[in-house]
Amino acid sequence: MWIYFGRRLILAILVVVIAVTLLNAMLHLVPGDPAVMILGPRATPELIEAFRVRMGLDQPFHVQMATFFWRLLQGDMGTDVFTGRSVAAIVLEQLPFTLTLIAVSILWAAALGIPLGCFSAIRRNSLLDKVTGLLSVSVISIPAFVMALYALLIFAVELKWLPAIGAGEGFLDSLEHLILPAFTVGVSWVGYMARIVRASMLEVLGETHVRMARAFGLTERRIVFGYALPIAILPTVTLLGVGVAYLVSAAVFAEVIFARPGVGALIVEAVDSRNYPIVLGCVLVTTALFVLATLVSDLVNALLDPRARESL
Amino acid sequence: MAEVPAAGRRFRETALGQHLGQLLRDQLGLLGLVLVLLVVLSALFAGWIAPYDPLKIYAGPRLAPPSWEHWFGTDHLGRDILSRVIAGGQVALQVAAATIAAALTLGIALGLLAGYGPEWLDNLLLLLFDAVRSFPVIIFALAVVTLLGPSLYTVILVVTISSVPIYARIVRTQTQAMKHNEFILAERAMGAGPLRILGVHILPNVVGPLLILASMDVPLVIAVEAGLSFLGMGVRPPTPSWGTILNDGYNYIRNSPWPVIAGGIPIVVVTLGFTFLGEALRDIFDPKLRKDL
Repeated sequence: MWIYFGRRLILAILVVVIAVTLLNAMLHLVPGDPAVMILGPRATPELIEAFRVRMGLDQPFHVQMATFFWRLLQGDMGTDVFTGRSVAAIVLEQLPFTLTLIAVSILWAAALGIPLGCFSAIRRNSLLDKVTGLLSVSVISIPAFVMALYALLIFAVELKWLPAIGAGEGFLDSLEHLILPAFTVGVSWVGYMARIVRASMLEVLGETHVRMARAFGLTERRIVFGYALPIAILPTVTLLGVGVAYLVSAAVFAEVIFARPGVGALIVEAVDSRNYPIVLGCVLVTTALFVLATLVSDLVNALLDPRARESL
Repeated sequence: MAEVPAAGRRFRETALGQHLGQLLRDQLGLLGLVLVLLVVLSALFAGWIAPYDPLKIYAGPRLAPPSWEHWFGTDHLGRDILSRVIAGGQVALQVAAATIAAALTLGIALGLLAGYGPEWLDNLLLLLFDAVRSFPVIIFALAVVTLLGPSLYTVILVVTISSVPIYARIVRTQTQAMKHNEFILAERAMGAGPLRILGVHILPNVVGPLLILASMDVPLVIAVEAGLSFLGMGVRPPTPSWGTILNDGYNYIRNSPWPVIAGGIPIVVVTLGFTFLGEALRDIFDPKLRKDL
């Protein structure tokens, strides 16, 4: 098992390295000088030259990549073009806001989606099942930023029940500021969860060990919650691992629309000002987050499910 | 006249006729088809349908609520929002068509290569697919926009790159499953080259699932286009896109709710339409295709 995780970890690191190299290679393939692109067309030749030396752009490509990864190993992601602050510090300062948003979104989505999926499977083809199915497809397909705009419009601007912008100060205030963004990021996940739990629950309920439990005369409640559900929720763990990429994308919009701090808001601002080191830092952190999440979800899956453990 | 019902019956008995009948009986599928047709037709005939010029700034009321003159109201410059929504549909569908055509072509080529080629090539391509998929789409798009600058072509490029792995993986799996089939071996023994085997025998078998996947991919593509345009990193103003309409509306959300409401409706309609249609098609043609995500 540990050999498997070692291999997965190496593969994961390789994936991040390739991803970042591709991105850097694109910077070089694009016609035009990266320094000119970052500083803008009105920069003087001396300024551009100084910038090239400072950012190491005068070196050949492979040397640049080597220094980039060497510095990265030491936790140095470069410096901000404008303020000269360390990119790592800037990104890590914003990361907790995004992580909180994602975590809260996932928690409420799971708390609602798993029971919904469960009941849909037990009462198959009932009204609840059909309504859940229809709503699931709808919330999955409607883009998160449209949800966010409508939520902002209805609950913050028109009804004025909830604050529209910012992250708030203090625990209760922050919580209040978190409601609308977490709603918009998590709502499609209620749909995903309900669908996947329903599908796997139906599968599990048809298996022989559940029939065995029925033959033993266990109550339906005991069978569903004691035996079937723990197996049926396993696929959601895998889904979460893959889903972090989608969550980050949704968080970008939630942060921009509700004017919250966070990695998403940071990268949008950095793209606007062509602050390339910050953009690269954000990409690196979110990609690492995704790879880490898939790895952890595999690990959790193996801990929960003996069958998955053996197949590794 | 007696031949007409006979011809109708014969059409109903063909495979296409039966599938069409199934689709029409599936209520959600039918609703999806209607919504999709609504958007596609309004985009095709935008010139005739749009009541005003979507780009022209009128001297009339600004941020006006819906009325008989302006069904969706007017925006902060006095432009008619309904006309802009219809024109935005053209942009969205163009991006979707271009992206899916490009991603399908590339995905089929790379998938066949990975599935039929040597193992090292397969591993290399899989690693590349994983690398591309490990970026959240929007983050990847933002990074590319910093490099290339915001434009319609950047959006098409980004979404194409991020969808290729989905198609390529399906093609690869199917190719691998099929390449040891006996009829392929027989074909090989008769001296058929790899191009003939791939093109004539394997490709037709993967097209079905690919097309269903493509129809379910349309909402994603449109969402990314609208999302990027909303952030000001996609289609450039004054070209109307559903995303830029929403962005204009967002900036004036405290003055008038109508631009945001009107800009969101087409996105909801088109994503729901294509999803319902895609799900119905999948249930009819390929129930085994994975249901999750």
